[in-house]
Amino acid sequence: MKQFVQVNSAAFTTERWYQVGRPALLMGALLLVVLATVPFWSSGLVVDKLTTLFVYILLAVMWNLLAGYAGLVSVGQQAFFGLGAYFALRLVEMGMSPYPAFFVGALGCAVIALFISVFALRFKDGEFAIAMWVTAEVIRILVMFDPIVQGETGTSLLVMNQYEPEFRRNSNFWFGLVAMAGMLGLVLWLINSRIGAAAQAIRDDEEAANSVGIRVMRVKQIIFVVAAFGCALAGAIWLASSVTFQPRTYFGVQWTVFMLFMVLVGGLRTFEGPIIGAIAFFLLQEFLGDYGVWYLSGLGVVAILFALYVPNGIWGELQQRRGLHLLPTGVRLKLMKKD
Amino acid sequence: MLDSLIQGLLLGGYYAMLAAGLSLMFGVAKFINLAHGDLAILGAYLVLFGVDWLGLSPWLAVLLSLPVMALVGWLLQKFLFTRTQAAGFLLPLLVTFGLGAVLQNGLFGVFGSDTRSLANYIGDLSWDSWQITNELSVGKLPVMTFAMAIVVLSGLQLMLSFTRLGRSIRATASDPEAAELNGINSHAVHRAVAVIAMVLTGLAGSLLAMRAQVTPYDGPMQLIFAFEAVVIGGIGSLWGTLVGGIVLGISQSLGATLISSQWFQLTGHLVFLAVLSVRFYGTIVHQRGGWWILIKQLAGPMTRWSSQASIKAKATKTRIKNR
Repeated sequence: MKQFVQVNSAAFTTERWYQVGRPALLMGALLLVVLATVPFWSSGLVVDKLTTLFVYILLAVMWNLLAGYAGLVSVGQQAFFGLGAYFALRLVEMGMSPYPAFFVGALGCAVIALFISVFALRFKDGEFAIAMWVTAEVIRILVMFDPIVQGETGTSLLVMNQYEPEFRRNSNFWFGLVAMAGMLGLVLWLINSRIGAAAQAIRDDEEAANSVGIRVMRVKQIIFVVAAFGCALAGAIWLASSVTFQPRTYFGVQWTVFMLFMVLVGGLRTFEGPIIGAIAFFLLQEFLGDYGVWYLSGLGVVAILFALYVPNGIWGELQQRRGLHLLPTGVRLKLMKKD
Repeated sequence: MLDSLIQGLLLGGYYAMLAAGLSLMFGVAKFINLAHGDLAILGAYLVLFGVDWLGLSPWLAVLLSLPVMALVGWLLQKFLFTRTQAAGFLLPLLVTFGLGAVLQNGLFGVFGSDTRSLANYIGDLSWDSWQITNELSVGKLPVMTFAMAIVVLSGLQLMLSFTRLGRSIRATASDPEAAELNGINSHAVHRAVAVIAMVLTGLAGSLLAMRAQVTPYDGPMQLIFAFEAVVIGGIGSLWGTLVGGIVLGISQSLGATLISSQWFQLTGHLVFLAVLSVRFYGTIVHQRGGWWILIKQLAGPMTRWSSQASIKAKATKTRIKNR
């Protein structure tokens, strides 16, 4: 039975996220349209670099969905990155054409993630983190058993060579753009839906969430599978643009280090933060990547400093200090001025 | 077969040593240090630095590396870990994971990518073995490692049981606030634990450098092994860590000899995942009154009404007990 409470509704109005965020959403959509035309008027180098950026954004947004919104800190997301690439490779080997194979492979990863979630999500906090790491290792070893991967040596997606370089570059770009835009849209919808609210409730207090009737396991599973799907797409795009596949590189823990860095610097628990973090990481990679290990070591230091002193990241700080809200989540109250 | 069992058992001694520090910090401070393996590798490189660059004898280098590791533990706890422990579960994971990346790449930057080992410096010990029967021989170094693990764990157990510091550590582990009320400085206890853990980890790292090649990026694998040993043996128990290390060592060794060398790590991981799953589903089954009752419930229609009622009553009772 519903209870109606009389409130003085003249004193305030409510605003939903899509009303507040309308200008930002329009800007975002416009930006995506402009990005889609880049291959027509820009050099090949720019197209390649932007494809890399799309992969970073995809990874950062997925990790933030998992750690920031659902409180599931996984250091084994490279499992799905590598598996996405491997499935794509395998499907192409079986005769599928590359771009459908990337998508179907990622779907396959989502199914695998569903099975993994049944046991992995029973763990809490640090145990979940390491259980995922072990899972990633197990998957890497299993993938290395496949004869086409040739153990440590790895293999290449040779079928990509049948396309003209120009065509290949642009296709990768558009595939990456569509994948990124699609996942950004999905995540935006997800975090504003009941599932997103439930996930955040679970993150803050699992027992309390359970006691108000949230199906904890189901919600976590949805988030986990979506994040796995996104990471698998990222892995497939990476394979499409780099062509070679070495298990140690694709299943390397450095991918999770990158995700952690991007999300921490940009802003955990915000939608825009990881995108900013990915752009920052991309620029650092461009300008300082040549310093090799010292650069990577520096990334770790910066991540620690951000975690300790700027826990909200760049975007979180901006939001707090300037009251900046491009794409807020949830419903907010807007008080009317008294006449 | 027997040979690989013994190899696995002795390898378990090394894992126990490696895992003891992780287990101790997790047990007392509820703190999972994702940089644990990298710190072990740091310990290994400290010894290698002493031997390679300063020209010390390996044993002296090990001895000198331990105070350095103690200092590292103290500094990390005082300036890094304490800050993170106050702020929920997320921050420690992020910070120690970042620390791992710093250590790996820092070690690579300083020492380069070459694999290094102490094996060349410890003379006969690295390959010498005792011949037990015609087919069976055990290496001196693994036996020494195992013995050292037993000695160190016993020493730790004695310290925890009988000394003032040990009592404070146990008190802080079971209830930090109550311990504080009784005049224990829990921050000091945490620092002491970090120092002990880092000394153990450094020792494990130097043993690793004696029996194998090390590279700066070996840390994550060592962390995974240590964590697997801790979880298999049961969290928060020292001797459990030894048992877990031995189970892990034996399963890896058996996997490598019975199936193929690629299965060395895989069997270890699978045993770890199996132990975890059994533990979790075991808890669920226990909450519903144990395996036997669950089976009876599933076969419900076949049993009589009266026994159904008693089963339900027993299940409820168990559930209440578990709360």
